Amino acid sequence: MAKKIKTLRFDTDWQYDPAPESASAAKINAQYDLFIDGRWQKPQSGKYFETINPANEKTLSRVAGSNEKDVDRAVRSARQAYEKVWKKMAPAERGKYIFRIARMMQEKARELAVIETLEGGKPIRESRDFDVPTAAQHFFYYAGWADKLDYAFPNKKVAPLGVAAQIIPWNFPLLMAAWKIAPALATGNTVVLKPAETTSLTALKLAEIIQEADLPHGVVNIITGAGKTGVAMVNHPDVNKIAFTGSTEVGKIIQHSIAGTNKRSTLELGGKAANIVFEDAAIDQAVEGVVNGVYFNQGHVCCAGSRLYLQESIAKEFIQKLKDRVATLIVGDPMDKNTDIGAINSKNQLDTILKYIQIGKKEGSAIYQPACSLPKKGFWCPPTLFTDVAQSNRIVQEEIFGPVLAILTFRTDNEVIEKANNTPYGLSAGVWTDKGSRIFNMTRRLRAGVVWANTFNKFDAASPFGGYKESGFGREGGLHGLTPYLEII
Amino acid sequence: MPTKNKSTRLSVLKTYKLYIGGQFPRTESGRYYVVNDASGNPLANACLSSRKDLRDAVSAARSAFGGWSGRAAYNRGQILYRMAEVLESRQTEMIRELQQRGASASQAKKEITACIETLIHYAGWCDKFQQLFSSVNPVASSHYNFSVPEPMGVVGIISSSENALLGLVQAMCGVIAGGNTCVIVANTDNPLAAIDFAEVLATSDLPGGVVNILTGNVSELLPWMASHMDINAVLYDPDVKLDREALAQTATGNLKRVIKFNKKDVLSPYRILDLQEIKTTWHPIENIAPSGAAY
Repeated sequence: MAKKIKTLRFDTDWQYDPAPESASAAKINAQYDLFIDGRWQKPQSGKYFETINPANEKTLSRVAGSNEKDVDRAVRSARQAYEKVWKKMAPAERGKYIFRIARMMQEKARELAVIETLEGGKPIRESRDFDVPTAAQHFFYYAGWADKLDYAFPNKKVAPLGVAAQIIPWNFPLLMAAWKIAPALATGNTVVLKPAETTSLTALKLAEIIQEADLPHGVVNIITGAGKTGVAMVNHPDVNKIAFTGSTEVGKIIQHSIAGTNKRSTLELGGKAANIVFEDAAIDQAVEGVVNGVYFNQGHVCCAGSRLYLQESIAKEFIQKLKDRVATLIVGDPMDKNTDIGAINSKNQLDTILKYIQIGKKEGSAIYQPACSLPKKGFWCPPTLFTDVAQSNRIVQEEIFGPVLAILTFRTDNEVIEKANNTPYGLSAGVWTDKGSRIFNMTRRLRAGVVWANTFNKFDAASPFGGYKESGFGREGGLHGLTPYLEII
Repeated sequence: MPTKNKSTRLSVLKTYKLYIGGQFPRTESGRYYVVNDASGNPLANACLSSRKDLRDAVSAARSAFGGWSGRAAYNRGQILYRMAEVLESRQTEMIRELQQRGASASQAKKEITACIETLIHYAGWCDKFQQLFSSVNPVASSHYNFSVPEPMGVVGIISSSENALLGLVQAMCGVIAGGNTCVIVANTDNPLAAIDFAEVLATSDLPGGVVNILTGNVSELLPWMASHMDINAVLYDPDVKLDREALAQTATGNLKRVIKFNKKDVLSPYRILDLQEIKTTWHPIENIAPSGAAY
């Protein structure tokens, strides 16, 4: 007997009124220099580039471009601070500086959230409730480690590495800066950090906080620029450690260029996470989890659950419920507190996403996008899902980094494990089932660094994050996140 | 070949082959090289392994990985202990073998003893290192969150050419104790002890494919090992002369972890950790307020 599918009713006569956050909370300078040696310095390159709001393409500010000389100046400043101040400082004092930064971030949380949304395009609800508080938590968490490192590694002594060059992406600009800077400082290293070209402002705001916190000059240097600046950082001979979050392609180039040197590295790279739903799962919760898994932050998430595996018996019902839910997502002004899906971070990224949507269609998959009116200006992509997808399709194999979900089906546990693990990536995975023994069978056999069971896309400063295989190596967060910044002797 | 000696009996020469997937095949290439004894007389013909042999070995190691890593850690510990038992019972033979290649009686005995002690040490670690490196993480939301080490997968090992057997055993122990499987390239200079050791492995309950041993030329095989897309990590002995830069560059193809074996701290759970990934698992915790107000 065919089971009748109950439609989830999300429609209502009540409409959402606009609930815009005010941009007035954000103090953005017309132009930013480089933060080197504790002060703002003009770039030797003499160049500045514009940074825009991807939701309306209006210019927000002008940011300095760094050339090799600027990088050299920043590295020298970090080296000097390391040798003369930071490595000699009592660990408890080091910790207090980091605590201070955490508190100041909390005080300025609203401003940071507004700027994050203005420049990055992500919904204010996410930057307010997730990005900024989690970034502050990272500083708070690692601050406490500074004077406890002797207890972290049984029977071992530890020493800092020196100068860390850190290169971060545009999807979680402030949070990634926190993930990089906090553990590096707690372990006694000094830092040169470069935010992504399209999202420099919250990192520069963080530089202001660091200045206000009176951190010794040169311990943290923040320089802005494009890929070339990153190349100069990686190749600088006086850098001891490279920490990179970004694409697998660039990660491999970095690893290639430091081959044969003594530079240590941590790479947090791409992913193509499988989100697996069994027939006994709490279906409505799983629908929410799948939506959050792939559409969170417009799908600009390396661990996004972009491959959905549905057990065959529930596939039809699940897909219908998923479509019903996706149709209710609010796409539009990131500053509106009701917005679920904001602007795509850049024109470039939008082109990539649209290219993959075309590929999906050409490969013969069926596309679903809810009808929604998109703003005229800015970069937008409605939540998208594909059915009738094959495991070998490019939209299943390659990272899209946008709000695009590929849906496949399976019958048995073994089959779905094979399919889920059949990827060069291994960053994250999800499993939805009501059966405890099955959860542990699945979570153990999924080859991924982070596995969410009956939840997805959860992050915490105390929780190690990082990949298997071509998703990179090293962990960020938790006790395990100390290792990449220490010599363990 | 020393076909005759002073005794009347013609000695039986041993054929040294490769160890792949629990079997002893010849190299598919048909190539061999002559291994001499300490005074320069030919002692045996050893297989000069090829790229194809390496691929067969990786394929065997990959097939064995699921079973080996999925076994109870206690069971892996018993198998390592069994390897020590079998080596102990064959030590006379192994000592003689090392002496033929020029080791003094006391050197040879010392080396075999150290191999046995290493195996026993790691037999004990199999079901303990996880507790040292795992954590329950106090996340700030209503979730149960824990991190555990898991094996990287298939590991290529370039083992030492000095103290050839001990170097091989030391590098191998941390790798397999942690649930990885491996392909070991034993250097050309001294391959016989490695293949003798393979006979120990073959008779000690170790599932076929967990350890695979190739004899041959490191400089010939290393580029293939570094570029093989189904090898997860390469562990190399710092004493072996190799092009570290080329190895690291080629390994980026699939982001193999390239790890220098730490000889200063051999008996250590950190040698197991060198070949582990950390997996973090989350699950929600239902929170029902005790007052009953929530429902």
